[in-house]
Amino acid sequence: MNLRARAALAALVMILLVLGVAAPRFYEMANLRDLALNNIPVLITSIGMLLVLLIGRIDISVGSQFALCSMAVSISPPMAILAGGLAGTVNGFLCGWMGLPSIVVTLGTMVALRDAIRWSTQGAWIQLPTGFQWAGLSQEVGQILILILALVLVLVMGWALKNTGLLRFVYATGADEESARLAGIPVKYVRMLTFVAAGLFVGLAALLNALRFNEIQPSAGMGLELKAIAAVVVGGASIRGGRGTMLGTVIGVTLLGVIGAALTFLGISAYWEKAIQGVIILLAALAESLGERRAG
Amino acid sequence: MQALKGVDFSLEAGEVHALVGENGAGKSTLVKILTGAVTADAGTITVGGQQYPALTPSLAKELGIGIVYQQPSVFGELTITENIALGVEGASVKGKIDWDSRKQRAEELLQSVGASIDCNRLASSLSLPEQQLVEIAKALGTDAKVLILDEPTASLSEVDAQHLFTLVRRLRAEGRSIIYISHRLEELFEIADRVTVLRDGQTITTQPICDLSRQELVRLMAGRELSQVFPKRGVPIGEKRITIAGIDLHAGEIVGMAGLVGAGRTELAQDVFFESSSEVAYLPEDRRKHGVIPEMSVSANITLASLQRFFLDFDAERQIAEAFREKLLLKTHSVESPVSTLSGGNQQKVAIARWLATGPGVLILDEPTQGVDVGAKSEIHRLMCDLAEQGMAILMISSELPEILGMSDRIAVMRQNRIVGIVDRADATQDKILSLMLGESE
Repeated sequence: MNLRARAALAALVMILLVLGVAAPRFYEMANLRDLALNNIPVLITSIGMLLVLLIGRIDISVGSQFALCSMAVSISPPMAILAGGLAGTVNGFLCGWMGLPSIVVTLGTMVALRDAIRWSTQGAWIQLPTGFQWAGLSQEVGQILILILALVLVLVMGWALKNTGLLRFVYATGADEESARLAGIPVKYVRMLTFVAAGLFVGLAALLNALRFNEIQPSAGMGLELKAIAAVVVGGASIRGGRGTMLGTVIGVTLLGVIGAALTFLGISAYWEKAIQGVIILLAALAESLGERRAG
Repeated sequence: MQALKGVDFSLEAGEVHALVGENGAGKSTLVKILTGAVTADAGTITVGGQQYPALTPSLAKELGIGIVYQQPSVFGELTITENIALGVEGASVKGKIDWDSRKQRAEELLQSVGASIDCNRLASSLSLPEQQLVEIAKALGTDAKVLILDEPTASLSEVDAQHLFTLVRRLRAEGRSIIYISHRLEELFEIADRVTVLRDGQTITTQPICDLSRQELVRLMAGRELSQVFPKRGVPIGEKRITIAGIDLHAGEIVGMAGLVGAGRTELAQDVFFESSSEVAYLPEDRRKHGVIPEMSVSANITLASLQRFFLDFDAERQIAEAFREKLLLKTHSVESPVSTLSGGNQQKVAIARWLATGPGVLILDEPTQGVDVGAKSEIHRLMCDLAEQGMAILMISSELPEILGMSDRIAVMRQNRIVGIVDRADATQDKILSLMLGESE
């Protein structure tokens, strides 16, 4: 674990201690469960974001993709994942295959998707099919299933990041693209697949989120990109690519989630949440440039 | 870690003083102290009778110490005039800039280094030798009395190097002092007056270079006797392996590829690598940039091109890495260490091991010993011979003529993206290759 991930962990522990003293109600089972469920979409989106940051790119369209995928759920649940894959393919083709700058491309897809959704829904809430909520199971079972699914996903990805050749290619591509290319790694495919994977993760995130409700706002996923990027970067991933871990990402997501909830419990206006997220991104960027430059 | 201890270095006015030593001997640290990039823990610097405990970059500039780095550090998106003005005066935020006088000054400076370049051009449009001249012009603009040239010929062709030497001699005649750092020993004998040898952070000797032979100089640097500079062995030539741009490469053969920088050798090699079957391995030029992935471990780097199945097999990786560690005398704490912790020569060995692990029949080496110290250099040469003996066909691109002449069975010369001649080892002379490179004689 690098400096940033450790600092994030320390901050998390500190906030948890403060909450323990100032607002012990935070630790009630129902609250912890809701907190986890609320943050699972962020966590799953962050896994995709981690991959994109690992290849030295960024995807700021995940929030809009999330809304698109949520809409797709109303057609048919698997469509959510398909829609995510489709949006990821568009980003992947432009950024990965053609090599366009990802910040510009995903800014484009972010705005285009968001406004297309706004136009097509006219701002009306998206009604989900009856019987869709909790996939027809009881709420209890559904919640547990979602939590288990997320946990399995995290464990599998954490393992895969270290143990599969494809994801080592992702690290190599992010560390030095030209070097990777000259080592015979199909860099274009790797970049393309990474964006597609990010889209698929968003699709899954939207699906699991939708399971809890019977209607979805068309503005769903607003600011999700900020949260995901902040979580991954706070968790120690390099903005320049090639470095980042699953554990760090989990710590980052947890920290941001707990901060959001802590504001409510400590009686601080929730409007501070995004400002705090922004400051955290800045601190993480600062830490990267100050403390972790020693390499080489 | 202590990089320097007990270094004594003096520079006279109007001399070219060579500074040599293997990688890690302390050359860069000494230079950094002189340019104020780092501060020494002990010792003093005396410039023109005045003593300083330490220099800062701006103080060094004021005292007339200028440096041209191995890789020119021009601003590509700025014009030559802007580059020179920035280097000479620094960035000023005050007032309006008088571009006419600056352009005139830039033109004068470029003329004084013998370059005829349009000052309105963007620096990124210049060739590497031209960029270097701009850098020297910049240093002269600050009226540098001491000019440090760090591996100035590392990426220059022989002809451009000769131009540089002419310029260096002229600067010396003007009474300037030049600290000349290079791994190419031949050129030191051509250009330097005195030489200081550093080894393990200590001064070994300072003496007039004419008192030394090449062999002695190498011995002083390495601290040991190198029996042969090029350990070339005769190997029976086998069957044809591949044809590259009309040249048949045979098993057991080392073909050297000579040419000026920009003759299209690297492009040709990369085309061959990307278009041909998996039998061809390509070791890229500029190891520090693209040969290895510094953040990744030695074993991951070595197996990156060969052992990438869907599920990684760490035991197999470690075994392969350990085998190469032994075979190539790779100096590393462990095969799990990041490559960034290794010395330059050892990083190069990792890059070579990566390709050997793919079991190639044809190996293309692009400047395999550029910027590598003398000891590691001859180890890499010996390895090339071993590989040839085992039946590998090797194409070696090199800008160093002695290396080309010393290591090749045949020499292909490239000029303007074409092969202009193939010369057998027995017939090859420096003059012959050079004139083919230049296109002087047909």
